[in-house]
Amino acid sequence: MGLMGTGILKGLGVTLRHFIDTYAEDLKYILNKSGVQQPRPLRRQSPKNRGLVTVEYPRERLPLPENFRYVPFLVYDTEKQDDKCTSCGICAKVCPPQCIWIVRTEDPITKRPVPQPKEFYIDTTICMNCGYCAEFCPFDAIKMDHDYELSYYPTQEPHARLVHDKSRLTKPDTYHASIHPTDWHRELADRAAEEAKKKAAAEAKAKAEAAKPAGGAAAAAKPAPAPGAAQPSAPGPEKPAQADADKGSRE
Amino acid sequence: MAEETTNPTPAEPATAAKAAPAAKPTSPAAAKPAAAKPAGHAAPKGPPLATLTPELAQLQQHFGESIITPAPYVGVLVNDLSKLRDVMTYVRDQLGFDMLANVTAVDYIKEGYLQVVYHPQRSKGGQPITIKVRVPRGSDPVAPTEVAVPSLTPIYAGAEFQEREIYDMYGVRFEGHPDLRRILTWEGFYGWPLRKDWHEPYYEGDTKPFDSRWPGGHHELAEERVPWGDNVNYPPGFDPLNFNSDPDAGLYDSMLSGVPNAPIGPNGHAQQAPQPQGVGAAVSVYDRNYNTLADEEELQTDQIIVNMGPQHPSTHGVLRMVVKLDGETVTDLKLALGYLHRNHEKIGERNTWLHNIPYTDRLDYICGLANELGYVITVEKMMGIKPTERAEYLRVIMAELTRIESHFWAIGFLLNDLGAFYTPALYFITERDLILDLFESVTGSRLMCNYMRFGGVSRDFTEDQLAHARELAFDRIPRKIDELEQLLTENEIIKARTIGVGYLPAERSINYSLTGPCLRAAGVPYDIRRADPYSIYDRFDFEIPVFYGADVYDRYRVRVAEMRQSLRIVQQALNQIDQTKPGDIQAGKKAYNHRVPAGEAYGRVETPKGELGFYLVSDGGQNPYRYHVRSSSFINLNALKEMTVGHKVADAVVILGSLDIVLGEVDR
Repeated sequence: MGLMGTGILKGLGVTLRHFIDTYAEDLKYILNKSGVQQPRPLRRQSPKNRGLVTVEYPRERLPLPENFRYVPFLVYDTEKQDDKCTSCGICAKVCPPQCIWIVRTEDPITKRPVPQPKEFYIDTTICMNCGYCAEFCPFDAIKMDHDYELSYYPTQEPHARLVHDKSRLTKPDTYHASIHPTDWHRELADRAAEEAKKKAAAEAKAKAEAAKPAGGAAAAAKPAPAPGAAQPSAPGPEKPAQADADKGSRE
Repeated sequence: MAEETTNPTPAEPATAAKAAPAAKPTSPAAAKPAAAKPAGHAAPKGPPLATLTPELAQLQQHFGESIITPAPYVGVLVNDLSKLRDVMTYVRDQLGFDMLANVTAVDYIKEGYLQVVYHPQRSKGGQPITIKVRVPRGSDPVAPTEVAVPSLTPIYAGAEFQEREIYDMYGVRFEGHPDLRRILTWEGFYGWPLRKDWHEPYYEGDTKPFDSRWPGGHHELAEERVPWGDNVNYPPGFDPLNFNSDPDAGLYDSMLSGVPNAPIGPNGHAQQAPQPQGVGAAVSVYDRNYNTLADEEELQTDQIIVNMGPQHPSTHGVLRMVVKLDGETVTDLKLALGYLHRNHEKIGERNTWLHNIPYTDRLDYICGLANELGYVITVEKMMGIKPTERAEYLRVIMAELTRIESHFWAIGFLLNDLGAFYTPALYFITERDLILDLFESVTGSRLMCNYMRFGGVSRDFTEDQLAHARELAFDRIPRKIDELEQLLTENEIIKARTIGVGYLPAERSINYSLTGPCLRAAGVPYDIRRADPYSIYDRFDFEIPVFYGADVYDRYRVRVAEMRQSLRIVQQALNQIDQTKPGDIQAGKKAYNHRVPAGEAYGRVETPKGELGFYLVSDGGQNPYRYHVRSSSFINLNALKEMTVGHKVADAVVILGSLDIVLGEVDR
């Protein structure tokens, strides 16, 4: 159909247009850049853009979306000066390549488990960045990081650098709040709602106790644990979760 | 979408008794390995038998109730192996199931048999039927089964690679197979990796989660364990210092002598085959064309064997094409696969149901979200749950955007194969990157999205993300597809190189179980979104583009047309999603320790490459008992030889490009 070669010419027209548009785009960019500070590209290019735009990594970087996920880290509660992790083991169970190792702390006298990890390893050579650990953690204690430039010098023990231990994994919750603002605010709201609910339940209970004629002493004793319950790292939901997890692992 | 999974109808005692003897005679052979294995998995006791669909009832009526009996859960059992070919010929010719969608096997170690499962389907659409046969596992764990299953390659050409895979993974012998060699592992591999009593190196346990991780989980690097310890299996008498083998001897010999499975002599070469001589030592004396006088005016050409790949830009990964050339013309072609084999299916059987979702991303890594959808809807069917409305829309938007970006990629690299080096490819990769930006902002990752969950998805779209999707779907991508067509469709060089190249007519395509754009370019309007609708595709207005040239050019045109149709679906979904409740993305409570009721299912979706099927068997536990991936890239490769023979070697590259394979899915 048509004259021989028109198809090629039409195609060449497209490449020519790309060529010109790209220069036009560059010109705009250079004029923009004449200011003092380097403009940071907010996205790869706008959908209206017609030319080719290159983000010149590592000189320029695109901002990472909040949901971006890379090798996980452990959240340290700066307010309570404590790990958020209770070593319940759910992250180790949902981990598809099984790259999480946790040693649970035991009370030296009673030998009962203490809700705190003694050791915590993530083998980043195995981790597939799927994000399950962060998604299924009931305590918001493990989160996916934004730090994607992990590389180490092959010094004495190259493997050891890629196996992140607890000290390497732990990061303050302020860092978590800075990279995941939406999630952080939702967690705060959830926690506030939960505490309000607990408080309301405790008050209702206290009222019910008070309503009983003979329960004067009990009513006075009951509300006391309610404020205390919020202080150690959330002992309320942790026990049932652990029991649940135990059940899960035994299959 | 899938066949019925569990069947609540109670088994009739009479039929149950009839089915049982088939399993009986082999139990002594299997008793030992079964006992040696720690308890964990077991095929369910006294499973309910399937109720027969009209087609299967007709089959039973024709062959008699002693040959065709209902199988547990789904489908029928062919009790007499010698009748299998008759049954399948009847299924193909009389019942119209002209396409063998899937063949796989399951190792029922406790019962002592291997079950081969066939899923024939109609190219006109509808659900596949399930036909099963059983072979005893045999007494020698490293030898192939004593009882052979008749190969179905004369009836369905598409069975060739799948039967080879079953032979490779389970050691099931197929009688009458044209080239029964190992396909994913190498010649000389010790054992049958998907059998339940085969353990991989560094074996830790049959099922995850492993006990060593918590509560006393001291980290240990797998690499630091002694590689020559008891974590690796060697054949008895194996001497690593004097190991010397040529795993390709069988491959070359079958190409040179034309005799498949020629007995291998002490030198590692087939005995009947003439010893190659001369330069390159690959030229067969018998294959040389010793010309008669009449041929003497023509250019004299030698036959040579050329290895293309595994490290070759034109093979789209680590595929190796071994082509026999007469001058520049391809006279024979064989594939050496498995360079990317990691036994995805064995990993899948160790994993819990949830663990498998991120692994499916790694099958066809160009369109991970489509793979997740296939797995998730199959498991949902078995669990009997339904995702929420909003999740359905989000899944469709993601799956169709995946199709667009995958086709951009396929067309870009097809043009690379044609010699238009990287200009078109990079134009389209730009568009693809914009779609991946959306994936990244929603799911957190560009390729390995891990987005779908049983009963929903992991994250909702925010308003910004919806706006981003709308900008792409309504403005940018339509414009870019127009530009793509302007750039390529009428180009005379492309037309000259592609029209009539790689021709494979419709009947042959169906017989080869070809699916996806390649089948639709041969004039067969087969698309699972219409043929056996899943998810909410029945709500959208879209067409199945069909072209009739059955060549590389039409495969290209089908892909362009499909991108436009996918765009229509995304646009409709983006318009309708406002009617759903934001945030309502997960049906039921979010859980990580799913238990799937005992049963089996074959679920499939239309990925950009073709039909992606998952055949799953559950024993009611936390882990799949069998996890099989019916991969379209792998099965489409069956037809490559017939498409290529007779063309020039430069066209072999283009024809492979038009099949659009991804090695992550081919080798699994």
